[in-house]
Amino acid sequence: MQLKPQVTADTALVGIHTGGVWLAERLHAALGIALPLGVLDISFYRDDFDKTGLHPQIKPTQIPFEVDGRHIVLVDDVLYTGRTVRGAMNELFDYGRPASISLAVLIDRGGRELPVAAQYVGARLEVPQGHMLVLDRDEHGKLRLKLDA
Amino acid sequence: MRNPQLNEKGELQHLLTIEGLPREVLTHILDTATSFVGVTAREVKKVPLLRGKSVFNLFFEASTRTRTTFEIAAKRLSADVINLNIAVSSSTKGETLLDTVDNLSAMHADMFVVRHAQSGAPHLIASHVASHLHVVNAGDGRHAHPTQGLLDLYTIRHFKKDFTRLSVAIVGDVLHSRVARSLIHALTIMGTPDIRVIGPMTLIPSGAEKLGVKVFYDLEQGLRDVDVVVMLRLQNERMRGALLPSAQEFFKYYGLTPEKLALAKPDAIVMHPGPLNRGVEIDSAVADGSHAVILSQVTFGIAVRMAVMSILAGN
Repeated sequence: MQLKPQVTADTALVGIHTGGVWLAERLHAALGIALPLGVLDISFYRDDFDKTGLHPQIKPTQIPFEVDGRHIVLVDDVLYTGRTVRGAMNELFDYGRPASISLAVLIDRGGRELPVAAQYVGARLEVPQGHMLVLDRDEHGKLRLKLDA
Repeated sequence: MRNPQLNEKGELQHLLTIEGLPREVLTHILDTATSFVGVTAREVKKVPLLRGKSVFNLFFEASTRTRTTFEIAAKRLSADVINLNIAVSSSTKGETLLDTVDNLSAMHADMFVVRHAQSGAPHLIASHVASHLHVVNAGDGRHAHPTQGLLDLYTIRHFKKDFTRLSVAIVGDVLHSRVARSLIHALTIMGTPDIRVIGPMTLIPSGAEKLGVKVFYDLEQGLRDVDVVVMLRLQNERMRGALLPSAQEFFKYYGLTPEKLALAKPDAIVMHPGPLNRGVEIDSAVADGSHAVILSQVTFGIAVRMAVMSILAGN
């Protein structure tokens, strides 16, 4: 795993709701990270609030550690336009000044609209515009990618 | 006829009264508020949701606490807040309510938070303004105080979880209380099986049973085995005529003391919308005691108002 050599006592994982949290839970255990897992719901930081309004189901953001001076790895399922990551970084900075932020994603589907890049990528996929690619979890906790037109 | 608070998509456009709102709308507000409780507990208590929006607090009736909590809520959503104490402004110069609103709309308001001594004033404003504007009722006459009802609902859910097995007693000056009306509607929508109102006959509205509540004129009878006690403020400023012999006598029969509270369930919570009249409706030993969640109500009230404003602004 690319991430493992980078992990120190000051490394913290933060999953982005919802798919990113499932992945971050697994990574957190696999990497044996000491700091508790953080979770972000970026609904309050979206840039399309004026168009789409508030998300009907917002989960609380929980950052159960001091952000100042920490090396934070944001975890999300799919990296696309980069707007979610922009919102996530803005929200993190409202908790403190991290020493660094890097990004780990399962899928990079291209189509960036902002200068955002992931440091750790599971796979790169070509997905045509207008399709939705998200991570889904069944009742047994099994994760799989879902493509919606 | 469509509920005047909902837009053509069934979303909340204005918050005027809890009465008639679907349970899903209430649950959505409470769930969203949970996320805002987290925001208000952190170092930077602000999110950028309403950046660039202007919220006008129109208070035609004096209020410090409600106005302040709306102001804090709007500021924590990054809105610009303009406070107008119209009780001492234009209306005394003879301007009509709708002229005032038109003038403020021309200043590019996005949301009006309205308190008025006349029941129905926020409805009038909501039916008058352009469709991109939102109106929040912050208390109108004896009619409704929906954000207070919602924050009471939030507080009860926080401490008691499941509405469908609760006994809730609302005690005191029910007659003048928009807080009581809003809470009764909210609890009914959430499926609360046992809602009681307790007070002297002169301060219980006639026909209260039609709201689906049980009426008690005896505090000790009414408090038996309840999970939640909501004390109301004795509203001296709204009293007309001889409804009560004296505040002392009211306290003797309807004031909540530790002895009377002992009749409720051992883990009962005590709520009060504030401001407290110590020694009139509530004994200090109760107000400051371990059952009281009065200050939690204030904290939750900000998160609930943030939820209402952000949901409205997004619809």
